Amino acid sequence: MKTVEPDLVPYDEAVAAYDVVMGIEVHVELSTASKMFCGCSTAFGAEPNTQTCPTCLGLPGSLPVLNQQAVESAIRIGLALGCDVAEWCRFARKNYFYPDMPKNFQTSQYDEPICFDGATTVEVEGREFVIPIERAHMEEDTGKSLHVGGATGRIHGADHSLVDYNRAGIPLIEIVTKPIEGTGALAPQVARAYVAHLRDLLRSLGVSDVRMEQGSLRADLNVSLRRAPEAPFGTRSETKNVNSLRSVERAVRYEISRHAGIIDAGMKVTQETRHWHEDTGITTAGRSKEQAEDYRYFPEPDLVPVAPERAWVEQLKAALPEPPAVRRPRLQAGWGFSDLEMRDVLNVGALDLIEQTVAAGTAPAAARKWWLTELARRANEQGVELDALPVTPAHVATVQSLVDAGELNDKLARQVFEGVLAGEGTPEQVVEKRGLKLVSDDGALTAAVEEALAANPDVVAKVRGGKHQAAGALVGAVMKATKGQADAARVRELLLERIGVDH
Amino acid sequence: MTDTTTDLVRLSATETAGVIARGEASAADVAKAHLDRIGAVDGAVHAFLHVDAEGALAAAREVDDKRARGEEQGPLAGVPLALKDVMAQRGVPTTCGSKMLEGWRPPYDSTVVTRLRAAGVVILGKTNMDEFAMGSSTEHSAYGATHNPWDLDRIPGGSGGGSAAAVAAYEAPLAIGTDTGGSIRQPAAVTGTVGVKPTYGGVSRYGLVAFSSSLDQAGPCSRTVLDAALLHEAIGGHDPRDSTSIDAPLPPVVAAAREGAQGRLDGVRVGVVRELSGEGYQPGVEQRFHEAVDLLRELGATVTEVSCPHFQYALSAYYLIAPSECSSNLARFDAMRYGLRVGDDGEHSAEEVMALTRAAGFGPEVKRRIMLGTYALSSGYYDAYYGSAQKVRTLISRDFAQAYEQVDVLVSPTTPTTAFPLGSKLEDPIAMYLNDLCTIPSNLAGGAAMSLPCGLSPDDGLPVGLQIMAPAMADDRLYRVGAAVETALADRWGGNLLTQAPELQEKA
Repeated sequence: MKTVEPDLVPYDEAVAAYDVVMGIEVHVELSTASKMFCGCSTAFGAEPNTQTCPTCLGLPGSLPVLNQQAVESAIRIGLALGCDVAEWCRFARKNYFYPDMPKNFQTSQYDEPICFDGATTVEVEGREFVIPIERAHMEEDTGKSLHVGGATGRIHGADHSLVDYNRAGIPLIEIVTKPIEGTGALAPQVARAYVAHLRDLLRSLGVSDVRMEQGSLRADLNVSLRRAPEAPFGTRSETKNVNSLRSVERAVRYEISRHAGIIDAGMKVTQETRHWHEDTGITTAGRSKEQAEDYRYFPEPDLVPVAPERAWVEQLKAALPEPPAVRRPRLQAGWGFSDLEMRDVLNVGALDLIEQTVAAGTAPAAARKWWLTELARRANEQGVELDALPVTPAHVATVQSLVDAGELNDKLARQVFEGVLAGEGTPEQVVEKRGLKLVSDDGALTAAVEEALAANPDVVAKVRGGKHQAAGALVGAVMKATKGQADAARVRELLLERIGVDH
Repeated sequence: MTDTTTDLVRLSATETAGVIARGEASAADVAKAHLDRIGAVDGAVHAFLHVDAEGALAAAREVDDKRARGEEQGPLAGVPLALKDVMAQRGVPTTCGSKMLEGWRPPYDSTVVTRLRAAGVVILGKTNMDEFAMGSSTEHSAYGATHNPWDLDRIPGGSGGGSAAAVAAYEAPLAIGTDTGGSIRQPAAVTGTVGVKPTYGGVSRYGLVAFSSSLDQAGPCSRTVLDAALLHEAIGGHDPRDSTSIDAPLPPVVAAAREGAQGRLDGVRVGVVRELSGEGYQPGVEQRFHEAVDLLRELGATVTEVSCPHFQYALSAYYLIAPSECSSNLARFDAMRYGLRVGDDGEHSAEEVMALTRAAGFGPEVKRRIMLGTYALSSGYYDAYYGSAQKVRTLISRDFAQAYEQVDVLVSPTTPTTAFPLGSKLEDPIAMYLNDLCTIPSNLAGGAAMSLPCGLSPDDGLPVGLQIMAPAMADDRLYRVGAAVETALADRWGGNLLTQAPELQEKA
């Protein structure tokens, strides 16, 4: 029987009373062209069951063949996380029955992961936290079940279920932390920062699309509380498949409050998996792990052991991209950003975007301005990550070069971005279609200037009398007449020239 | 039936290929003769679960067309073959002797089938077997037992009893078997035919429905050693679709068979395994085995006795490893994607449908092994059972390695007894398992092994098999020694042992 859960304890009280321990398991879908053990495509979004073959359908007699690219990706991920790479390791079969698993066992790694014992550092509110890495291992994804007819989309209450095996056999790397301790009240932010850090790292390695919204990176969050750091670990809950950074933070926060409520009420936390509900911001109980399933692991006899040559591993290590902890200070110094500016850049996930924009010829400050103001605002409005916008670093560079050339002002530039976001094409196309060029033709400008001078003799007199700032009113009149498509600086120049004063 | 067709089915594969190549008979005639023979005797033998007359004739005509166009063809072009029903063949029913897969037609060809097609071999149909290759008598087939052509009241061995019986009953000169613990060799021994378990990894397992992945190996069944070598060569060699396939050239098995047929074995060192004789062995089997050992000496081989002390644990280790792997391999039969489905009436959940289907679809022997394996792998028992069994496996490999430091091949009887009566061991699984006592060590160690006829047991007049074992990737040694023994015995008997088999009653 399900008992009613006690009330949540407000977060601040919970973290004041208890010490938080987390463990995070992240599943990353690799962006290899083919699946882990067969030649089927891994492309996302194809018609159900069109990317399958005897092997990934687990047909009788079929056999797996290991994707070497996936092994390379796994090793590079492990190296980037400071892991040791196994000299020799095997796959194992994890046996359990479920319709989305074609063989009713998952080919995974058990006690011989390819990468193990690493650590990586994240920064939250100016404090560094070392996240100890237990292992990174290879496995295959399962198919995807669609439960039809139930209210919640879950199997309970559904009329029938459909299974799409396109996802079955997609290469996954599971990255498992050791217990993360000592984060205190920052636990939810540390969890978020760690997942964000992994995302950046994996992207810089080029091994995954890391699209959390498509499920190519998903986190299982283990949370437990104890009275004091010296006490033994409390009972944990595992919130499965959390797939946005914001949700990672919220789910950890929620679980801390929930656990505290249970313990305060003198009850025991149940060891179980939980589902996160993005809409309501709560978790609900999933499968109880009290009758822990026995997966009957044993070495996969259809695959030979993986024994990466040391020279190859060293080669991969030497070719790793610069680690974030080195790269960030380097970029910050090169760009001349303050610590505060840099933190904002990292918070909105604009580091790579700015780097690419600068590489395309834009001044760092201008690149930062566009990504952190106009574009960050747009991303926020649409509820997507900054890099999910259709605007690319090349677009930003183009727009800024037009501004620098005096062909656009900031106001027009914003309209260009609006057009790109609305799917009207490249910045050049938007400029063309919307007619957004600044009026730089002196002939057209001169006419407007003459008109403004004739219409405002009193202002002209003031300027002649030495009150140069009064020229602003004339500039305004010209800008109005040209619908803002004039370069204000040039207008001012022309006005002062005509009035006959030095500028 | 005309004399010509009778003659055609009695030819060896090598002779058949020669007849077709010289144009003395078409491949289509050869296929028809065998289909007729199947029609005439298979009612009594029940070697086949499915006869693909249409496919066989089409393949035969293709061989004839190629010959007409003057195209070069392989040494087995047009030769008919019986395929064990555990091997996937595109569009042809593949049941593994189980109700679970009744009506399932694979959408793909196994590598063995692909290579057979490429060699111009004509696949006549699918042969009976113990369900999912678990058994030593074919009595565990869901479709009824196969009968031994030497005595229809006796077992033809198993699991590949259908393949061996088809060859022994002249329904096909060649067959494909699979050998996990003796399923090629034990049926060969009790039907007076030749059967070879190649080195593990020597023949691709792609498309072989797995029983025990680390032990399963497909191989040839035939009436002569040279025929086995030709078939071995046709199906063997590296396959990128099977990760456990050995990426090295196939040993020269055909050349070795031809060399062996010259008759002498001077310089060959033969070891007799001390542990594979004595108590529990039928006296007539032992007698023929010792005569075969004497013959090896006469042919010039040096014979010594060697000890493999850990062989006594082989059966126990096998009955932990094979069921463990099978419990996982057979998990996929769950009614969700193909095969039998029971309980899909809107009243049962997917999990219940899985359970009902597995309860209805698997026979008692398969269930016994799935349960055994599930238990052996379960948490808390893994080290004691599966883990210990793997250690035994290592020790057995070590026994072999030490023996092969002294000798080139090892010999033993293939089975402790001759064919036993149908039904006599069905209620006693352990007695049934003991049939594989001599064959299992080679599977555990991954080496190569052959069974060939060495006479009729004087106590019951039934065939006795001589087992020859060789190290991994030394399959050629089997063929050299086997062909020498075969040639000497044929001289002694005035022909192949099968010529002494009783004639089967042909149905008009």
